[in-house]
Amino acid sequence: MGSLKIENVKKAFGPVEVLKGIDLEVTDGEFVVFVGPSGCGKSTLLRVIAGLEDSTAGRVVIDGADVSATPPAKRGIAMVFQTYALYPHLTVKNNMGLGLKQAGTPAAEIDRRIGIASSMLSLEPYLERRPAELSGGQRQRVAIGRAVVREPKLFLFDEPLSNLDAALRVNTRLEIAQLHRRLKATMIYVTHDQVEAMTLADKIVVLNAGRIEQIGGPMELYNSPANEFVAGFIGSPKMNFIDGGRLGEIAKTIGVRPEHLTVDPKSGRWKGTVVHAEHLGADTNLYLDCEKAGLITVRIFGVYDAEPGATLYATPDPARTYRFGADGKTMK
Amino acid sequence: MSTATRSLPRTIGAHAILLTYTAIALFPVILVILNSFKSRAGIFGAPLTPPTPGTFDLIGYTTVIGQGDFIHYFQNSLVVTVASLFFVLLFGAMAAFALSEYRFRGNSMMGLYLALGIMIPIRLGTVAILQLMVASGLVNTLTALILVYTAQGLPLAVFILSEFMKQVSDDLKNAGRIDGLSEYTIFFRLVLPLVRPSMATVAVFTMIPIWNDLWFPLILAPSEETKTVTLGAQLFLGQFVTNWNAILAALSLAIMPVLILYVIFSRQLIRGITSGAVK
Ligand SMILES: Nc1ncnc2c1ncn2[C@@H]1O[C@H](COP(=O)(O)OP(=O)(O)O)[C@@H](O)[C@H]1O
Ligand SMILES: [Mg+2]
Repeated sequence: MGSLKIENVKKAFGPVEVLKGIDLEVTDGEFVVFVGPSGCGKSTLLRVIAGLEDSTAGRVVIDGADVSATPPAKRGIAMVFQTYALYPHLTVKNNMGLGLKQAGTPAAEIDRRIGIASSMLSLEPYLERRPAELSGGQRQRVAIGRAVVREPKLFLFDEPLSNLDAALRVNTRLEIAQLHRRLKATMIYVTHDQVEAMTLADKIVVLNAGRIEQIGGPMELYNSPANEFVAGFIGSPKMNFIDGGRLGEIAKTIGVRPEHLTVDPKSGRWKGTVVHAEHLGADTNLYLDCEKAGLITVRIFGVYDAEPGATLYATPDPARTYRFGADGKTMK
Repeated sequence: MSTATRSLPRTIGAHAILLTYTAIALFPVILVILNSFKSRAGIFGAPLTPPTPGTFDLIGYTTVIGQGDFIHYFQNSLVVTVASLFFVLLFGAMAAFALSEYRFRGNSMMGLYLALGIMIPIRLGTVAILQLMVASGLVNTLTALILVYTAQGLPLAVFILSEFMKQVSDDLKNAGRIDGLSEYTIFFRLVLPLVRPSMATVAVFTMIPIWNDLWFPLILAPSEETKTVTLGAQLFLGQFVTNWNAILAALSLAIMPVLILYVIFSRQLIRGITSGAVK
């Protein structure tokens, strides 16, 4: 079991309010990702859930029990940190076993759990090594293993992939996804990378400046963002925002995703010149400077030949054009 | 090493300056050691020449060793230095951990208060310290010296160590908390080993003034039982006649223990000084 409920949690460091009232419910077995720009309070929220930081106001409830006054070790959680945070003086095996040893688990049981976790994460050859003798990817797997052996109600990940290089990041992401399927445990995962959020999450919580902007599944956020911030944050390349006034619309801002624009050399809605073209093979990103719409990005699937300086006409898909009001909210 | 930043004349220049400085710094020490192996006539006749078969004499050392109590003075110095060092490092590190790790009201005021001692010499309080020691019956005990030296060493220790402790990864400490380690275990097992180089730096800076101090042993513990080496060496420094052989021998001997402690700490020390620059 591992459900989590957060009620009106606030956190201030001195006069600076970092969390401004967070309400959230996570059901058992869910994979929830907190995503948002750097400094928006994701890590702080995770630390409040872990009990490493006291909230200024509000309650944290794990499995129906208010844990606001419970120390981290007794909350039934496990955490994986961005910097791995392995104990430098202990072997991999002892790193994984320390938490259980502290809790008074019998040695045989500790060995059994370490055996399962290390085979799951292919760590068996390294059990007697120290963290200094491992590569970055191996260290992060040990850190994940240390969380797994605790058999927690709640896994907490704080940007676990940020210190890995691009190829390892994809591999480890896959491993975390498989781990979640196998353990069916509740996981909360913090990242500033919307690709990680989209690929891993059952449910995404978009945070901005200490507030929740929107909660929903990946496709829900992509297809119906609640406001301009979520629309701009989810999706890559970023959504184009065009001043409504320039297009003669009532809405303050018009939003079109780069993949929902089509180009034609002869005719279309917005005439523009190609500023730059990025050829990625599977798709092509064109940057167009349009007379009416300003600088916009267009994503074309497959190869498209366009030289900088050429004239192109871009046309948005009317069914997938978003309108945002003066308050930033999406207009229906 | 890239050749662009290291031209030959520059290298020679740098080494010339460093060698000159080393020679100036070592000159008195070497002079003391050389002359301690010479007869009185040799010392005064040709103070700058090394001992020759004609002037070689161990009279200084035999006088010092023969004085019997000198071994005892050594013991006193060593006990005082090691005990003070231990307490300075222990309490300094604990205070530094509290200041760098916990947010509490008055944290920065407390840090400032603890660092104030760096700027105010403890000798200004000699009279009050003496009164305190008399009142508590600690005059002529090594405890008195250890207490004073601990107080003297703490400000710098807290100041330096709290800077280094701030650099220890928060994630590591938090991982320990989640695994159920107590704050003491986190401090002793996780944090202290990681700041070991800076502890060595503090140890060296603390140790040398304590070992060399004459002031407090003279005032607080001048008895035969509690004399330290520096105080003991004064024995040979008479008002009318000074036994230079014995003084030089005593000083040469007094260098040894600090030298040994320094060698123990120095490997760590160099790492401590360069740790910020070279990761
Ligand atoms: N211990 C602290 N003291 C003061 N301010 C802090 C502390 N920890 C975090 N903050 C501030 O809180 C804000 C949110 O930080 P954090 O939760 O780490 O953001 P992120 O979303 O990047 O993980 C930042 O502006 C940061 O400066
Ligand atoms: Mg963070």
